[in-house]
Amino acid sequence: MTRSGAAALILAVGAIAALPAIAPPYYVTLMLPFMAYGVVLLGLNLLFGYTGLVSFGHALFIAIGAYTGAVLTTHLAVRQMELILLAAALAAALAAAPVGALCARYVKIYFGMLTLAFGMVFYTFLLKFYRLTGGDEGMRMLRPSLLGSEWSGFSKTAYLVGPYYYFSLGVLVLATLVMWRIVRSPFGLCLQTVRDNPLKAESLGVSVPRYRWSAFMISAVYAGVGGALLATPTGNVDPTLAYWTHSGNIVFMILLGGFSSFFGPLLGAFAFIFLQDAVMSVFPYWRLIFGAILAFIVLFAPGGLMGLLARRRPVEASRA
Amino acid sequence: MLEARDVRKLYGAYVALDGVSLSVREGEFVSIIGPNGAGKSTLINVLTGVLAPSAGVVRFKDRDIAGIGPVALARLGMARSFQLVQIFPELTVLETLQAAAVARLGRGSRLFASLRGDRQVQREALEVAELFGLADRSHHPARSLPQGHKKLLDVASAFALRPDIILLDEPTSGVSTADKHGVMEILVSAAKRIGLRAIIQVEHDMDIVFGYSDRVVALHQGRILADAPPAAIRSDARVVDTVIGRRRGG
Repeated sequence: MTRSGAAALILAVGAIAALPAIAPPYYVTLMLPFMAYGVVLLGLNLLFGYTGLVSFGHALFIAIGAYTGAVLTTHLAVRQMELILLAAALAAALAAAPVGALCARYVKIYFGMLTLAFGMVFYTFLLKFYRLTGGDEGMRMLRPSLLGSEWSGFSKTAYLVGPYYYFSLGVLVLATLVMWRIVRSPFGLCLQTVRDNPLKAESLGVSVPRYRWSAFMISAVYAGVGGALLATPTGNVDPTLAYWTHSGNIVFMILLGGFSSFFGPLLGAFAFIFLQDAVMSVFPYWRLIFGAILAFIVLFAPGGLMGLLARRRPVEASRA
Repeated sequence: MLEARDVRKLYGAYVALDGVSLSVREGEFVSIIGPNGAGKSTLINVLTGVLAPSAGVVRFKDRDIAGIGPVALARLGMARSFQLVQIFPELTVLETLQAAAVARLGRGSRLFASLRGDRQVQREALEVAELFGLADRSHHPARSLPQGHKKLLDVASAFALRPDIILLDEPTSGVSTADKHGVMEILVSAAKRIGLRAIIQVEHDMDIVFGYSDRVVALHQGRILADAPPAAIRSDARVVDTVIGRRRGG
């Protein structure tokens, strides 16, 4: 990373940390899904941007993470968020192991459709097994304790814009650092060989199915953790978390931010959430606007917002 | 080191290889020649475990390697380059060679190790880049290289595996005629430096074949027409008529 890039990153983290002190609570609570989706997208982009596999079913793992949190807090009296995140990661990994083993044998549309199919199978399970999952009403996610404290003196909003906000930020920063290390490791390099040219990768001794499966597993763990983070602010989990449009939304976020950049998906999550909020407040058919934006990105800005920023930089430099 | 015995390969009713037997000993540079459709690429794919033979045996280092696949073969010490250039377009030259070094050293499962901090991987990749004259372009993305350099990178990455034996499918295709001997000199010198024990190449350019080979195997219609040193091949009338062709007025 360049010095200016590192400085921009520190500035961004500082600004996010300072936000609860300067912004209205409404906008601060909007940052919570950003941070949860940020974790999801870091993982999904390992699969998409670094391994070349587009999953249309990752909402499955978000839902697993969210329902794990709900089951633990409502039925098993486990309220520690740290344990919930661990359990969500483990549950997502357990589900991803067989799903990934099946899906990783395929690429392109076949991989995408298979992941979508598994996502919809889980959606139907959540919807129809009412006694286990609460059906279309879903389940409650009770307020978890953070770092050993229940923060019982805090109202719901104060809890969300205070301790939970900083806890989510901590998880996002940690997830980012871990992913930064992964993509710069020998393992990360092998993933990129698989993305660029599987035939050549195999001739060098890189086992393509094994690396695809490993990337799938890691991305599912990230989605599980993100799902558990996502559940607390809403206080309720329901089957739409696993629905295919939710998977579509997170792919959209990656495209919006730019999948060929490490931080692109984070920017995509941020832009998506705030854009969605802004558009929905003035126009009920927000998907219409988002559809047009998606078409624009695919046609004119395949590098997403990060691509546009990168293209702009030399122009600005030449003007200076 | 490498031996194929009575290998047959059928594609439906079409016989691509028909009873091919071939052995490569340590220290040899063997060229496989033949007209289009003779079965050269099929033979390379069978020898490199990409294709399982319909019948016959392929052994490498006393192991049956028929159809074991390129990953297992690479780990066993056999590398290959392709007729059509195969690169990693988004990776730089150095990253491409690092990927080969990572695979060779079995470090691909290191999830949290720093690639940049792995001195052995860095050293090996840079050494191969220098051997192949690619060091000055080491930070260029592979997709931005001229075609001849892409070919060189494809071959160099196979060498970076430091294999015992390497199979080169038309190593000078896409390289200008003036540069072909230069490329071959680089290959031969790199082979010595990294301790390669044998080379097999498929090649159409007869100057290259006769200039560098210890032995030439001529294929025709899926069968071996001749297997002999270059001088004997040159004087074999059947090979000259079916594979090499006669010079006008010659």
